[in-house]
Amino acid sequence: MPADTEGAAGTWWEITRDVLKRQDVRLVTYVPDNVLRPLIEAIHADPFFTAFAVAREEEGLGIVAGAWMGGTRGILLMQTSGFATLPNVLASLSVPFQIPTLMMVSERGTLGEFNIGQSLVARTMRPVLDSLAIEHHTMTRLDEAEFILDRSITQAVATQAPVCFILSPLLTGGKVFAK
Amino acid sequence: MAHLANHPATRAAAKVMNRFDLTQRMVALLRQDEAVIGGIGYTNFDLWAASTRADGSRRTQNFYMLGSMGLAVPIAMGVAIAQPARRVIALEGDGSILMQLGALGTVASRGQKNLAIVIMDNGAYQITGGQATHTETGSDIVAIARASGLAQSAWAADEAAFEELIRLALTEDGPWLIGCRIDAGKPRDTTERDPARIRDQFMRGIGVR
Repeated sequence: MPADTEGAAGTWWEITRDVLKRQDVRLVTYVPDNVLRPLIEAIHADPFFTAFAVAREEEGLGIVAGAWMGGTRGILLMQTSGFATLPNVLASLSVPFQIPTLMMVSERGTLGEFNIGQSLVARTMRPVLDSLAIEHHTMTRLDEAEFILDRSITQAVATQAPVCFILSPLLTGGKVFAK
Repeated sequence: MAHLANHPATRAAAKVMNRFDLTQRMVALLRQDEAVIGGIGYTNFDLWAASTRADGSRRTQNFYMLGSMGLAVPIAMGVAIAQPARRVIALEGDGSILMQLGALGTVASRGQKNLAIVIMDNGAYQITGGQATHTETGSDIVAIARASGLAQSAWAADEAAFEELIRLALTEDGPWLIGCRIDAGKPRDTTERDPARIRDQFMRGIGVR
């Protein structure tokens, strides 16, 4: 199950890219992350997508929200610490305005984290999502990735609600300890 | 930008004008169903007031934020990306834009041609009691915008210059940033606070529904 597994179903990031295309999610904003790098590179390599980095995660969420109101689906990619900057905008924009902002978080802070700041901020993520009643899924298995992504994007759009995909190190391999 | 040469280089050189009056002038110049994203606070309230027609109806191509302070520019950019044929205006206050200055660099780096940013700068957090913002003590939003890569940024010298800049922003490629020094005048009305309705009307107004 590590990040570089090349099975018939593809890697996690190939599956993600393909589901985003099938679901017509054309706009991708991100604050870069090492684990997300192959996905970001695959998206930049595909002219289907409009993709660019933003200075701050709130900004990326605002752009995705505006694009959805304008008729284009989008997703914000970030890491755990970046998610922790979002509660205000989720509570005042995505949720009350009923805008299906799609989010994907590369999970730091667990399963071998070496940065205490990451391990502490990671503990705020699920409580924030739960307190706002935002649908979220922790993705741990390659064989479940397509189902979770495809079904949840369909649900987010149909119910006009945000959704957050948390990429576990069990799926991606995570960021490994380096002295 | 040659056509910006006559506009003042600094905030101090710009005339202090009135927010409602300027917003009315801006709305009156809109002709092509341009989208307008109103930030929070009195900027938002005066957009609501200025968008009311004589028969009591309101233009439906406006989006009014409720919270998410600082996100008028990103939301406007998202609309602009989704609808490249439509002009989109972000209407923001000085306190709000100071929270999200990185967004100016994002707009510049994408060179979003159909986007204009209008900043109503009274140097104060007026809605919370008039505490000074950094623009009152030396931060110059137009200079920050230029340094962020938004070359087509200018202070409006006076009301006529503001109208000239809005006309430019509606007809020539952007991105644009127009700085307006304004007084501490009270807003003319208060925006309705029904997020789902605001969003739905806006989406219908820009042809998504």
